[in-house]
Amino acid sequence: MTAVEAGIHAQLALAVVATAAAVLAPARLRSLCSGLASAALGVAGAVTGALALAGGQGSTEIPMSIPIDPVVLSPGPLGGFFMIVAGSVGAVAAVYAIGYVQGPSASTTSWAALATFMLGMQMVPAAGDAVSFLLAWELMAVASTVLVLTEHRERAEVRSAATWYAVMTHLSFVLILLGFAVLAAAGHGTSFAAMARVEPGSAGTSLAFVLLVLGFATKAGIVPMHVWLPRAHPAAPSHVSAVMSAAMVKMGVYGVLLVALRLLPVGPQWWGLVLVALGAVSAVYGILQASVASELKRLLAYSTTENVGLMFLAIGAGVLLRSYGVVGSAEVAIGAALLLVASHAAFKTALFLGAGSIIHATGERDLDRLGGLGKRMPTTAVSFGIGALGASALPITCGFVAEWALLQSLIHGARPEDRLVAVVMPLAVAVVALTAGLALMTFVKAYGIAFLARARGTEAGTAHESPFSMRAAMVVSAIAVVGLGLVPGVMASAVVRALGLGGIDVVGPGGLGLPGVGAVLDPVALTVLALLAAAPVLAVAWRMARRRPRRRVDLAWGGGGVRVSPRMQYTATSYAEPLSRVFDDALRPERDLEITHVSESRYLVERVRFRQQLEDVVEVRAYRPAIRLVDRVGIAARRLQSGSIHRYLMYSFVALVAVLVVVSL
Amino acid sequence: MNLGAAILAVVQVTVMVALSPLLVGVMRQTRARLEGRAGAGVLQPWRDLRKLAAKETLRSAGTGWVSAAGPLVLVSSGLLICALVPLVGAVPFTSVPDDLFVVVSVLLIGTVALALVGLDAGTAFGGMGSSRHMTIAALVEPTVLVAVYALSIPVGSSALSRIVLARIDEPASVVSPVSLLALVALAIAVVAETGRLPVDNPSTHLELTMIHEAMVIESSGRDLGWLELGSWLRLGALLGLLGSLLVPWGVAQAVSVGALLVGVLMLALKLALLGSALAAAEVFLAKLRLFRVPELLAGSFVLAFLAVTASYLVVQAA
Amino acid sequence: MSVRRLASLIRSTGRVAEPAPPKPDQALSGTEVFGGSVGVRHVDAGSCNGCEIEVAAAFGPVYDVERYGARLVASPRHADVVLVTGVVTRNMLEPLRRTVEAAPGPLVVLAAGDCARDCGVFRGGVGVVGAVTDVVDVDLAIPGCPPEPDAIVELLRRVTRR
Repeated sequence: MTAVEAGIHAQLALAVVATAAAVLAPARLRSLCSGLASAALGVAGAVTGALALAGGQGSTEIPMSIPIDPVVLSPGPLGGFFMIVAGSVGAVAAVYAIGYVQGPSASTTSWAALATFMLGMQMVPAAGDAVSFLLAWELMAVASTVLVLTEHRERAEVRSAATWYAVMTHLSFVLILLGFAVLAAAGHGTSFAAMARVEPGSAGTSLAFVLLVLGFATKAGIVPMHVWLPRAHPAAPSHVSAVMSAAMVKMGVYGVLLVALRLLPVGPQWWGLVLVALGAVSAVYGILQASVASELKRLLAYSTTENVGLMFLAIGAGVLLRSYGVVGSAEVAIGAALLLVASHAAFKTALFLGAGSIIHATGERDLDRLGGLGKRMPTTAVSFGIGALGASALPITCGFVAEWALLQSLIHGARPEDRLVAVVMPLAVAVVALTAGLALMTFVKAYGIAFLARARGTEAGTAHESPFSMRAAMVVSAIAVVGLGLVPGVMASAVVRALGLGGIDVVGPGGLGLPGVGAVLDPVALTVLALLAAAPVLAVAWRMARRRPRRRVDLAWGGGGVRVSPRMQYTATSYAEPLSRVFDDALRPERDLEITHVSESRYLVERVRFRQQLEDVVEVRAYRPAIRLVDRVGIAARRLQSGSIHRYLMYSFVALVAVLVVVSL
Repeated sequence: MNLGAAILAVVQVTVMVALSPLLVGVMRQTRARLEGRAGAGVLQPWRDLRKLAAKETLRSAGTGWVSAAGPLVLVSSGLLICALVPLVGAVPFTSVPDDLFVVVSVLLIGTVALALVGLDAGTAFGGMGSSRHMTIAALVEPTVLVAVYALSIPVGSSALSRIVLARIDEPASVVSPVSLLALVALAIAVVAETGRLPVDNPSTHLELTMIHEAMVIESSGRDLGWLELGSWLRLGALLGLLGSLLVPWGVAQAVSVGALLVGVLMLALKLALLGSALAAAEVFLAKLRLFRVPELLAGSFVLAFLAVTASYLVVQAA
Repeated sequence: MSVRRLASLIRSTGRVAEPAPPKPDQALSGTEVFGGSVGVRHVDAGSCNGCEIEVAAAFGPVYDVERYGARLVASPRHADVVLVTGVVTRNMLEPLRRTVEAAPGPLVVLAAGDCARDCGVFRGGVGVVGAVTDVVDVDLAIPGCPPEPDAIVELLRRVTRR
C-alpha cells in the first residue's frame, strides 16, 4: 500500500469513527469526540492531498454491492491541491464546531452529517473516474443539505433555504451527469483518462463543455445560478457555512479545471469567453450585492460569489489565451486561479468563523444592530479583521497575492494580435479593479460597523468572547491568511506542482515571481520596508504619548446637541446607501417612505417610517417566473392522475409499445 | 535590498515630508491670492502641525484603539508610497519593485485606515464621511488601474519607474494621444482620491457636504496632526507621480549627488506648478453633488479605457 | 459665471485685502503654544446676527484675518479658540457649554460684542440666561454693538501673535 492509499483508507476509517462517535458517545462528550475525529479526518485529507501533490501515486478501489464498477480513488496533483484545501478548512471548522455547536447543531444527525460531508468533499478531488466522482459529489451534496437543514425548527427561513439548495445542487448534479455521459459515450469509458481521449472538435465536446461548466458553475455559486448561496449560507450553522463557502464551492472550480485542463484541453475561443463572461458578471454582481447587504452571513455569501467569479475569470482568461497559443500568460492566469482558491479558502474561513462567533455571542445576524464588539471580543475582532483584509486584497494577506497575480496575468505577457483580446483584457482588468474597490468598501463596512464604535443593540452591548476551541480555530485561520500572504512561495510551489505548468516560481525567502510576465512580489521585503517607514512615525508617536497621554472625555462630539446616542451612528444600511443609489439600476432597491403628520398641522411631522428592501434581481426576474411556470405545468399534469385503473393500465401499455418501437429502430 | 534604491527612498521620504505641507501651503496661498486675500503664507501648514503636536489629545468614550492607530497607519502608508514611487529618481528596489498594484494597495491601506477612524468615532458625521469616502475610493480604483495599464502597455511592465524611464527615452510618447487620455483620467482619479474640488471641498464647514473633514471631525491634537500630515503626503506623492509621468525629465536615473539634487529641485518645481494649477482650477469649480461624482468618475474611466484600447491598436500597428 | 468672466474679474479685482494694521501691543498670555496657527470655532449663543456679519467680514477678503493664522474650523475638537457672540439664550446654554468642554486644551474663549460681554440690549429679555461671562470662563471680551471687523481682527491677533 502506498502512502496515498493509506491516507485514503485513513480518511474512510476516520469518517466511520466520527460518525460512530456522533451516534454512540454520550451527549455530553459527543461534540468533543466527534469534533476531534472530524478534525482528524480533515487533517488526513490534507496530508493525503499533500502526498498526492508531492507526486505520490496510489489508487484505492472500493467494490460496490450494486452491479457497477468499483469506486476508484486515485488523486492526482491537482486533486491533491483541492484535497488540501478541503481537508484543512474542514479540520479548522470541526475544531471550531466543538465550542460552537449547541441545540440542534450539536445533535447526532448534525455531527454524522458533518463527517459524511467532509468525507464526500475530500473524495471528490480524489475520484479517478466519472462514476466515483458523481458518487462522492452526491455524498457531499446530500450531507450538506442535511447540514443546511440543521436549525429548521428554530428559524422558518431555513426550510425554504434548504429547498432552494437541494433543488439547485441537484440541478448541478444532473447537468454534470449529462456532461459526463456525453463525454463517456464519445470516449468509450467512464474513467477520466478515457474521456480525455475524445477527439477535440468532435460534435459532442462543446455540448459536454457547456453542460459541465453550467453544472460546476451552479455548485460554485456563479451568477445566475447563485441563488441558493445567499440563502443556504445564512441558514446553515456557521462552521458549516465556512466549509461550504471556503471548500465546497471550490469543488465547482475543481470541476471546471478538470474540464479545462484534463478532459477538454483543446477547444474553440468562445469557451474561454464563456468562462470570462460568467466570471466577470458573477464578480461584479456578487460584490455589489455584498456591499449593500446588511446581514453579515448574506454579505459573506455574496462575497463568495464574487471570489468564485474571479476564479472563473482567471480560468477563462487562461483558456482564452491558450486558444491563441499564448501559453506563458495562460499558465499564469490559471495559476492565479489556484492562488485565488487557496487564499479565498483561508480568508473566508476566518470570516465565517468570526461571523459565527458574533452570532454565538449576540444571537444577532444583522449588522445594523451590532457595534462595539472589538472591545468585548478581541480575538474575534482581530481574526475577523485579518480575514477582512484578505477579502479586500490588501497587503500583506494572501488575498492580495492572489489578486496581484491575477492582474499581472491579465495585463502583461505576450499578447495575440487580436481585437477581441484588446477589448476583453482591459474589460477584465476593469472588472477586477471595480470588484477590488467594492470589496474594500464592503469589508470596511462589515468590520467597522460590527466591531468599532458603540453597540447599536442591547445584545451587542452584552456580548462575550467565545470559548477556547472557537478562538483557536479563528486564530489558526487568521494566521493562515497572513502566513500565506507573507510567504506566498509556499502556495506558489503547490500551485506549480498541482498544474504541472511553469509560469510561476518562488523568489527569495518565499516571494513570488512570474517570469512569464516579468514581475516579482516579495511580501517579506515589502513588510520590512513598511516597518522601516513606520518606525520613525511610531517613535515620534510613542514619545508624544509618553509626554502627554490622551485625556478621556465623556462622549463624541455631537454638534452641540443632545449627547450622541448609539442610535445616531451610521448603520450598515446607511453606510451602503450612496452605493445603492449609484447602482440603482442594477440593484433595484424597493424604498418606502411613510410620513405621518401631526393632526393639527401638515408642517409638523409625528413619525417618519422608512423601509428598504433589497432583493436579488436575478431571483426576482428569472427564477420566480420560472417557478410559477413549473407550478402551472405541475397543476396541468395533475389531470394524468385520475384514479382510474384502466387509464393507468393504458399508460403502461403505451410506454411498453414506445420502448419496443425505440428498441427496434 | 540595493543600496542606491535605499538611499533614494530615504531622500524621497525626507523630501516629501518636508515638501508636502509646503505644497498644501502653496495651494492655499494660490487660492487666497486669487480670491484677493493676502493669505497666511506657505509655511502655515507647518505651523498647524507644530501646534497640533503641542495640543492636548482627547479620546472619547466608545472609541477604541483604531482612533489612535489609524492616523499612524495613514502616515506610515503615505511614507511607504513616497519611498516606492518614482519622485526624485527612478531607481526601484529589486525585491520590492514600484509595481503599480503594490503602490495602489499601499495607498488603499491608508484609505481604509482613514475610513475606520471615521467609523470608530461613533458619530453620524464620522460614518457619513467614511461611507462617502469608501464609495468614491471604490469607484476610483478601476480608473487608476486601467489608466496606468494604458501607460504600461508600450513598456511591457507595470513598474512605475520603468514607465517613467521609458518616457524619458522616448519624449514623443509623453504627448501621444494614449498618454494624454490616460493622464487626464489619472488626474481626475487623483483629485477624487485626495478629496479636492469638485469631488470634496477641503475647506468646508458644512457637515452635510463633507467627506474628508467629516471623518476627522472627532480627532484632536496629535491624532489630527497625523491625519493631516498623512493626507498631505498622499496628495504630494500622487501629484508628484503625476508630475513624473507628465514631465519625466529631471528624474534621477542613477543615484549620485548631482542627479539627486537636480531630482529634488525638479520635484519641488513640479509640485509647486501642479499644486498651484490645481488650486487655481479649484477657484473656478464648485463642488459637485455627491451623486454626480460617479458620473465624473465614469467619464474618467471611459477615457482610461479608450487609452488602453488605443494603445493596443498602436502596438499592433507598429 | 463663465470661466472667462471669472478670470477677468479676478484679474481686474487684484488684491482686495487691506494693508495689515500694526501688530497689537500685548498678546494674550498662554497663547505662545499656538505658534501663529489658531483654529477658531465660532458659536452664536443667541445673537441678533449683527456680530456674525462682522465676524464674516473679518474672515472675508478685505480684513482677511486668515493671514495672521486664524482659521475657522468645523469641529471644537480642532479648535484653539471658541469665539462666542450674542447673549446666551436658554436653548444655547447647553450647546455652548458642551462646545467649550469638547475642545482640547489649551483653549482660549473669546467673547465678541456687548451682548456677549454683558447682555447688551437684551438684558432681562425673555429666554436670556445671561452673558457669556456668566456661563463659561472667558479669557478676553471686546465691546461693540456690533464690534467692527478691525476689532475682531485685533482680538484674534492677540491670540495668533502675528
